[in-house]
Amino acid sequence: MNSSVVPLSKALPTPVTATGLKAYLGGVPTVDEVTVTERVASLGTRSIKKESKRAALELAIRMMDLTTLEGQDTPGKVSQLSSKAVRPDPSDPAIPSVAAVCVYPNMVPIAKVAVAGSGVKVASVATYFPSGQAPIDLKVAETKRVVDMGADEVDMVIDRGAFLSGRFIEVFDEIRRIKEACGSAHLKVILETGELVTFDNVRKASMLAMAAGADFIKTSTGKISPAATIPVTLVMLESIRDFRSMTGQMVGMKPAGGIRTAKDAIKYLVVLNETLGREWMTPDRFRFGASSLLNDVLMQIRWLDTGRYQSPDYFTKD
Amino acid sequence: MGDDAPAAPALTPVAEPIDWTYAPSRENPDLVSIDDRYGLFIDGEFFKPASKQWFTTLDPSTEEPLAEVALADAQDVDRAVGAARKAFGGWSKLSGAERAKFMFRIARLVQERSRELAVLETRDGGKPIKEARDVDLPLVAAHFFYYAGWADKLEYAFPGLTPEPIGVAGQVIPWNFPLMMLAWKVAPALAAGNTVVLKPAETTPLSALHFARICAEAGLPPGVLNIVTGAGQTGAAVVGHDDVDKVAFTGSTEVGKIIQRQLAGSGKKLTLELGGKGAHVVFEDAPVDQAVEGVINGIFFNQGHVCCAGSRLIVQEGIAEEFVAKLKLRLDTLRVGDPLDKNTDIGAINSADQLAKIEELVAVGQEEGAAMYQPSGDLPVRGYYFRPTLFTGVSQSNRIAQEEIFGPVLSIMTFRTPDEAVEKANNTPFGLAAGVWTQKGSRILWMADRMRAGVVWANTYNKFDPTSPFGGYKESGFGREGGRHGLLAYMKTEG
Repeated sequence: MNSSVVPLSKALPTPVTATGLKAYLGGVPTVDEVTVTERVASLGTRSIKKESKRAALELAIRMMDLTTLEGQDTPGKVSQLSSKAVRPDPSDPAIPSVAAVCVYPNMVPIAKVAVAGSGVKVASVATYFPSGQAPIDLKVAETKRVVDMGADEVDMVIDRGAFLSGRFIEVFDEIRRIKEACGSAHLKVILETGELVTFDNVRKASMLAMAAGADFIKTSTGKISPAATIPVTLVMLESIRDFRSMTGQMVGMKPAGGIRTAKDAIKYLVVLNETLGREWMTPDRFRFGASSLLNDVLMQIRWLDTGRYQSPDYFTKD
Repeated sequence: MGDDAPAAPALTPVAEPIDWTYAPSRENPDLVSIDDRYGLFIDGEFFKPASKQWFTTLDPSTEEPLAEVALADAQDVDRAVGAARKAFGGWSKLSGAERAKFMFRIARLVQERSRELAVLETRDGGKPIKEARDVDLPLVAAHFFYYAGWADKLEYAFPGLTPEPIGVAGQVIPWNFPLMMLAWKVAPALAAGNTVVLKPAETTPLSALHFARICAEAGLPPGVLNIVTGAGQTGAAVVGHDDVDKVAFTGSTEVGKIIQRQLAGSGKKLTLELGGKGAHVVFEDAPVDQAVEGVINGIFFNQGHVCCAGSRLIVQEGIAEEFVAKLKLRLDTLRVGDPLDKNTDIGAINSADQLAKIEELVAVGQEEGAAMYQPSGDLPVRGYYFRPTLFTGVSQSNRIAQEEIFGPVLSIMTFRTPDEAVEKANNTPFGLAAGVWTQKGSRILWMADRMRAGVVWANTYNKFDPTSPFGGYKESGFGREGGRHGLLAYMKTEG
């Protein structure tokens, strides 16, 4: 892919003010839903076979944030999940580890120990996930806390209420303060696209989050339906492309929630590959937030290797 | 629990991006069995031509011969027209519901065989299999279903008009959508009770001949549909035959003019669907990334071999630089190559002649001083291929802004005000299709009122539906195909 940069003029002017930010977001191009859907449908017909399928499945594992975010979570559950993250298929040591485990703040120390030395990162949700309905000071404190406990990555939620009522500067400032609180931890900003509803909102929120310092933008908490969809992901990837043209910065993307099959994962990778190109084909710039996806990917890899589908009982459930 | 962390060092994710290429995913060419030779389909059977002449049809993606096809001369055409005349009495007297039965049966058979027909269309014509599969064949079936539905409702189609078929229709179709153009012409003709002599294009005769077999299988009475293959002279014999009552032609404006001249004073009814130089007008407030997508599809769909292709982009100056840069990025992702590969976006140019014509006009564009952009990357060594091409800095007076190239070549111009956009969009001899990209509903309507084009698409392009009429202004022809309007072309309108 050609890496020539599109001459988009306007990066966000500093110092950032409420009116400046509003004007900046007013200049964000609108999105036509029909064409987005068609584009995704057309990319969905890509036929990925043999070695390209194998490469995609391995990459999908390496890009996975293996996630458990349940009220039922216990140290035992998180430890098991972490073992799976490190060694997804005990019978096949060639299968790589996933990128990270993603857990609630309480579980960060447990996960830290379980993945120690493996290279698998620990991501924690923070900022009063999933609603984000808490005072900013508490959100900042929670963020500091999870980072102190050793989280390598922080998945925050934006204040959707503030965004939908047009108080963009509040959303912006909040992201900026959380980013500061993260220190060297990577910040993923969850837009909760299922609550933003329109593609126009998704595009604006993406530009806002990136301008405020997001290292990744992420679709969903997984607690709202719809969670990640490929059309929403395409709109966010196009925002990432624009932001790169404006600032030179390469922000990552994380669709999360509802991605359950290897086939779907490959469709996401096709959209990524044909929108942002090679530079984003790395776990450093793309992640899948998922829990049940991993076993389907493992099953498909086994099929590619042996020509046979195996019973789900041959894949560990953690 | 944390104590039993794995002893062996796990594989650490590596940050280096991977080079991900798509392995070839080739549709099986043998899904369709191609005969060595095809005769003329007349009166329900295949015959050797009286001319004793045959010609070869090629696979343009490899230049390999696919089959020999009969070259019909005037005598053969006369025989076909005779068969159609003989069948007309019975066919036109059948009740509409009976005619519909045959047509529904044909539509269903087309659906059942769509995979095989798609492969045939791709092999004989060079279009990407994904388009043959996802666009051409579904539309072919849809046209037959749609017009089958009209067959028993003709008296309600045009209040005050007694539904009466015209007689024998002589139809000449192009090579860009061989089976779809057949459907556009044959379906309304049969629904209205006419019989047909159809001449497919010289470079893409095979799908029409396989379609003839489907008609025979469906029990369509002999002589209702006759297929005569050949080149320009065969077509001239069809449209010029004294016993043909109605002529429908889709193809170049040049040939359309010859036919109109030939038919003047003959009393034959005529519809022409000719060339185009479709304009995409993109306003500053357009949904930019989707407009890029629409412009790309508008010109590169079917290698640009589309009469309504959006071959001119007229973009507002304020976003022109950004827009063109994004177009180039998108151009780089188009996959040009083997049309049977399911991941191919741009297949083979239909023929050596067409490739030469595209090359000639592209050379003219460069001589005229426009700046050309083409993505890099290898093309297949054998076969007729052309890279997707953009020209920027094009002037209205340039030939590439005025003439139909009928290939994957986009000419880009800019405008400042809506009036200027309208003026530039209309300023060609053609008027088949146009596109408007803007968020503003009122502006869409304002533009659609002023653009002289048979179809104006808003925030989309190249959308076809059997219920929607299609046809041109000016040198793009006259008469409409599709919808109720399409039926009118095959019914007597006087008295």
